[in-house]
Amino acid sequence: MPRRNDIKKILIIGAGPIVIGQACEFDYSGTQACKALKEEGYEVVLLNSNPATIMTDPDFADRTYIEPVTPDVLTQIIIKERPDAVLPTLGGQTALNTAVSVAEMGVLEKYNVELIGAKLGPIKKAEDRTLFKQAMQNIGIAVPSSGLAHNYKESVDIIEKIGFPAIIRPSFTLGGTGGGIAYNREEFERMALVGIDASPTNEILIEESVIGWKEYELEVMRDTADNVVIICSIENIDAMGVHTGDSITVAPAQTLTDKEYQLLRDASLKIIREIGVETGGSNIQFGINPKDGRMVVIEMNPRVSRSSALASKATGFPIAKIAAKLSVGYRLDEIQNDITRETLASFEPTIDYVVTKVPRFTFEKFPQSDSTLTTQMKSVGEAMAIGRTFKESLQKALRSLEIDSYGFESRIFKNPADYVRQITSREEEELCTQLQVPSWERMWYLADAIRAGFSIDKIYQLSGIDPWFLSNIAQIVEIESVLLTHRDKLNADDSSFVELLLEAKQYGFSDRRLAFLWGITENDVREMRHKLKVLPVYKRVDTCGAEFEAFTPYFYSTYETECEAEPTDKRKIIILGGGPNRIGQGIEFDYCCVHGAFSLAADGFETIMVNCNPETVSTDYDTSDRLYFEPLTFEDVLAIVEIEKPEGVIVQYGGQTPLKLAVALEKAGVPIIGTSPDAIDRAEDRERFQALLNKLNLLQPNNGIARAYDEAEVIAERIGYPVVVRPSYVLGGRAMEIVYDVDRLRDYMKYAVDASPEHPVLVDKFLQNAIEVDVDALADGKDVVIGGIMQHIEEAGIHSGDSACTLPPFSLPDDIIEEIRRQTIELALELKVIGLMNIQFAVKAGDIYLLEVNPRASRTVPFVSKATGRPLAQLAAKVMAGQSLKELGISGDIIPEYISVKEAVFPFVKFPGVDTLLGPEMKSTGEVMGIDYDFGNAYAKSQLGAGVKLPSQGKIFISVKDTDKALILEPITKLIEAGFSIVATSGTAEYLNQNGIEAEKINKVKEGRPHCVDAIKSGDVCLVFNTTMGAQSISDSYSIRRSAIIYEIAYFTTMEGIKAGTDGILAMLREDLDVKPLQEYYPVD
Amino acid sequence: MKAVLALADGKYFIGKALGAIGEVTGEVVFNTSMTGYQEILTDPSYHGEIVTMTYPQIGNYGINPEDVESGQPFLSGFVVKESCPFPSNFRSEKSLDTYLKENNIVSIEGIDTRALVRHIRTVGAQTGIISSIDIDPDSLIAKAEKAPSIVGRDLVKEVTCDKPYQSTEGVWELGEGYADCCERPPLYKVVAYDFGIKRNILRNLTTLGCDITVVPATTPAEEVLKMEPDGVFLSNGPGDPEPLHYAQENIRYLLGKVPVFGICLGHQLLSIASGGSTYKLKFGHRGGNQPVLDYKRQQVEITAQNHGFAVDEKSLDDKVKVTHINLNDNTVEGIQHLSLPAFSVQYHPESSPGPHDSHYLFERFIEMMENHKRGTDHA
Repeated sequence: MPRRNDIKKILIIGAGPIVIGQACEFDYSGTQACKALKEEGYEVVLLNSNPATIMTDPDFADRTYIEPVTPDVLTQIIIKERPDAVLPTLGGQTALNTAVSVAEMGVLEKYNVELIGAKLGPIKKAEDRTLFKQAMQNIGIAVPSSGLAHNYKESVDIIEKIGFPAIIRPSFTLGGTGGGIAYNREEFERMALVGIDASPTNEILIEESVIGWKEYELEVMRDTADNVVIICSIENIDAMGVHTGDSITVAPAQTLTDKEYQLLRDASLKIIREIGVETGGSNIQFGINPKDGRMVVIEMNPRVSRSSALASKATGFPIAKIAAKLSVGYRLDEIQNDITRETLASFEPTIDYVVTKVPRFTFEKFPQSDSTLTTQMKSVGEAMAIGRTFKESLQKALRSLEIDSYGFESRIFKNPADYVRQITSREEEELCTQLQVPSWERMWYLADAIRAGFSIDKIYQLSGIDPWFLSNIAQIVEIESVLLTHRDKLNADDSSFVELLLEAKQYGFSDRRLAFLWGITENDVREMRHKLKVLPVYKRVDTCGAEFEAFTPYFYSTYETECEAEPTDKRKIIILGGGPNRIGQGIEFDYCCVHGAFSLAADGFETIMVNCNPETVSTDYDTSDRLYFEPLTFEDVLAIVEIEKPEGVIVQYGGQTPLKLAVALEKAGVPIIGTSPDAIDRAEDRERFQALLNKLNLLQPNNGIARAYDEAEVIAERIGYPVVVRPSYVLGGRAMEIVYDVDRLRDYMKYAVDASPEHPVLVDKFLQNAIEVDVDALADGKDVVIGGIMQHIEEAGIHSGDSACTLPPFSLPDDIIEEIRRQTIELALELKVIGLMNIQFAVKAGDIYLLEVNPRASRTVPFVSKATGRPLAQLAAKVMAGQSLKELGISGDIIPEYISVKEAVFPFVKFPGVDTLLGPEMKSTGEVMGIDYDFGNAYAKSQLGAGVKLPSQGKIFISVKDTDKALILEPITKLIEAGFSIVATSGTAEYLNQNGIEAEKINKVKEGRPHCVDAIKSGDVCLVFNTTMGAQSISDSYSIRRSAIIYEIAYFTTMEGIKAGTDGILAMLREDLDVKPLQEYYPVD
Repeated sequence: MKAVLALADGKYFIGKALGAIGEVTGEVVFNTSMTGYQEILTDPSYHGEIVTMTYPQIGNYGINPEDVESGQPFLSGFVVKESCPFPSNFRSEKSLDTYLKENNIVSIEGIDTRALVRHIRTVGAQTGIISSIDIDPDSLIAKAEKAPSIVGRDLVKEVTCDKPYQSTEGVWELGEGYADCCERPPLYKVVAYDFGIKRNILRNLTTLGCDITVVPATTPAEEVLKMEPDGVFLSNGPGDPEPLHYAQENIRYLLGKVPVFGICLGHQLLSIASGGSTYKLKFGHRGGNQPVLDYKRQQVEITAQNHGFAVDEKSLDDKVKVTHINLNDNTVEGIQHLSLPAFSVQYHPESSPGPHDSHYLFERFIEMMENHKRGTDHA
């Protein structure tokens, strides 16, 4: 059946902000869908609240709504746009849930809108545990025994039948939020209650544990003619019990015979047909008992998923793009395979390499959280690597993580000479625990266990990891021991040494790792390899195991004989991507890389992308002319540069990842374009930066550098408390803290950091109650254009990535703005910035302080571009490639008449035990944007988009620090006028009463029950205002914030947040929020 | 230990010896299946061929006593990127290397198999040699040039059974192995010509209620008819169908007298017997992901394939129609006789290894036999 002509306008729902369990893979899938449907001539309407996505660029859809992804907003858009169809299967669980809600509200029926991709029935059948189990029974496919509970009593009845350990999975939650494995009654009680609570339907599944079974996933596609194909099989290295998003996974499946694999395939075909997913991709998870091959199906996602993004990158088969085409009626055999051109999409990719995905965690950001890996996803990103063998791809994947690992470094032995020593009984105990308890570090401990002489069988018994994987790691450790025998007597003239070196590279050893093992430098190793001609070649990802010619230049490196890179002699530019997502470096940087590629391609350059993050748009082979799916290390990048010989390499788009490589690359002769690495260093090096400010006569908070434990105290005394302290060598606000007194400073210096001359600690005066301002600018060396000036809502001291901000500023005086503009221009010219620059200022008492200058693309570039309609990253790429701003016709700021608010989104709910207070260390995973003509409206939209439920009536709980008490009177008065009532802790209540505001008194937690947390839990409170000061008060009020999060009560923990929140609530009470596409805010070419 | 793979056109690859030590020639081909190497090793259709696996890691799940398609490996040589010395699977009993040694299969590993596959794809399948006793590329290239080509050779005689036998094994089930179907009274009597038959064809037919007598490839048609079969099955097998005149004659004789179903070589022979001709493909189809369109159901099935020759569509006259085509290159994948009860497919509905999408063809054969019994062939 060809393209459907009965539908003309299609509404695509995006996934909203990046959260754990739902990351930029849905920008990749959504962008593909938008492109595919527009190509087919459909009018595309898009809803997504996430401004950092490519899909929300106004040219990817005809009507782009950056509005909250909620049933109400979706309904409004449906009424306004009257689409013929809604496509809900490409925006993750958020899109699916939102679509289900509007369908159940009767909106789709009323406005005659069809759900395409998956109908309501199949969605419910796949997502509802009971229906799914029933469906599986109908077709004779085993599922783990289980039962559903809606309250604690029901859950107890079920657990008595199933026994321990048991898995608890709340229904309809992202990434298994609120789930876990219970080994005993006590754990069970806690998890059951949290799970029931976390589920929007208050439902949990209690399931027979198949912990220790092997876990597999199959990516399945189906068309309207009932053709079904399997795109990829994925095998988890971590056995069942670790969420697949947190598991190290491998494609294709490695340890299944064909007979066993076909059982999975047959089951998948039956399942997608029985569930009735009409078109598109689905993901099905299976458990297999390693002892007898018994198979159970775990779950099915009737939509494109994180795994399908991985499968697309792993095979070259673009699942989301094909899914979009299938949803409008095409059959698989009517769609061409882009890569081979001569064959069709109705086939099953076969690959001739091994793909390994490794999750990236950020437990260091949440020290109070439990880092054990369970069925609840905790990772924030992932890296993927391709190699011709598992060993090669695994080692490449490890160094792709950018956690300063370049292979299997030892966790137990300090230096290579120790690798052969006997381990102590304490070390043995530690090893056993590390093997038994899944953690992000387990991979490295596996290698140590092998070094320590553990048998494969013993490691298998402890870890449940299939012996095949363990034996491969053992091979790596074996060759490592051979490599070590050459330490101190490297003989490059010996042919057996050349063979060993080649074999080591084929096993995926990095130069860094070899250098460490041999006690030489990375450069020594590289020079040796060049001399011995041990160099990588590049193979193509072609979907077909080389059976057909591949036209898509999508490459990975390996050490073999034939190179398929075939570089062209066109003018070309390499863009270095951002690597795995992490807190502080996410989709925003990928956005910039993608725009760089688009822009340079439009100017006739051949664009070459290097990245290792499978979730992204940048690693879509369609984005740039050539794609190298490679780790972003000096070695791997330089090798690509040597093959491609580009005119320029862009390092300022991928965040800190490529920036860290800039100096070394330039030294190695790589033509870095844009701002020079020296200028970057001038901005990043503390002392050079100070010299720069002095030269320009700009202000900076008083500061000093502590190179020893005692020095910090001296500096703090000199500049006065409070101070901001942080290690000089970390990024993203890691270990950054505001310190109010000498005791805490001592603690910090003692426990948090290890100050030394090589690793000094920076001590800055903390500007209390200052307003923070972010500026993005674009410069060509001669001219400077301000991209946007953003005023933070939360005061300085809260990481800029975690703070809400508005564009244009809402309360800064004109002269201050003018001065900020002047300083920005002066700095850009002095640093000879070519491309983008971001500056953070603090404004206090009319003075402007410089906090930070980053001569690179910043996290706010996509937001500013969406807010102003000026594509900063695209323009900057052109500037870097040699055009001037004059030539581009760019001058002056764009100051919109509407207000855009950016709000951060946090993963606190995934990390029990973690406080939700904001500080200098960034903790948010994503962002949303609210846009409207009035600040209150825009702010309210940003809150709704971030999932905050702003109330329209009810009781507000207030507990604020003394310095905020006077400030809170104004917002409270307005809220009372609007019909809210107040409860407050004694101090606050008294103060309010004294000021003529009626406030009911409620106990603090330590004052006995019923107390404020009880009120939150019982739903008596609709909103929490809680500001604190000092360690004691912070720890006293911790349970308030934590319960607000769990019970989904809106809460504000800063005075400025309270004011903005009040504006938002009042705006919502005044009128219904209106929705409007970007295309109506500003003209789009 | 070093080993070398050399091709007649002068290209060679230096790797490590795998399996038996020695020297062997054959047509170098590639298979793109990611699983199922044991079935491939024991598929008689690979007789005379040196098979390269495109998936780089082979041997991961070892060798077990169940996943065999015949009594022994038939291929000449085996080429992999990396063979696994530490198989991991609950059914595994030995490693790939051990198995290849036990069965005297000269193999090679550690070469750039993707480069080899790209070469074959570009220049076509050709004669090659693997040796671990002579590692001089020039000498090996000369030997490869002199080695016989498979075109025009009768390889079937080298793999067919000596004498007729009964087959009673049913299809495999997890935890059960192969069912023994002896006890059920068979519904249809089928004679299967063994041109190099894969056991899974027999297992599928047996499970559907066939009583099967497998006969040698040269068994005269009259003798087959004397057995009063309800249907005759023409099996897969190695090499070129053109020189197999005895088989073509026999099929011509049988056509119309009894329902006929052919797979792979059996399909090519039925086509020739029906007036068509075959030609050699550049590098063949070997793998488990080949899309085939069934005109009748208008559905795409993902198929297992293993053939180097194909039926020329233009050679087919109006006595037969094409029922299936390959969506990758539009070659003929299935035919049906328009007036007589006979049909065949180029691919492998028995899979093993490969997807099970095409199982319905066995049911079609059963239906055809049923109709023939009732005298309603063209109902």
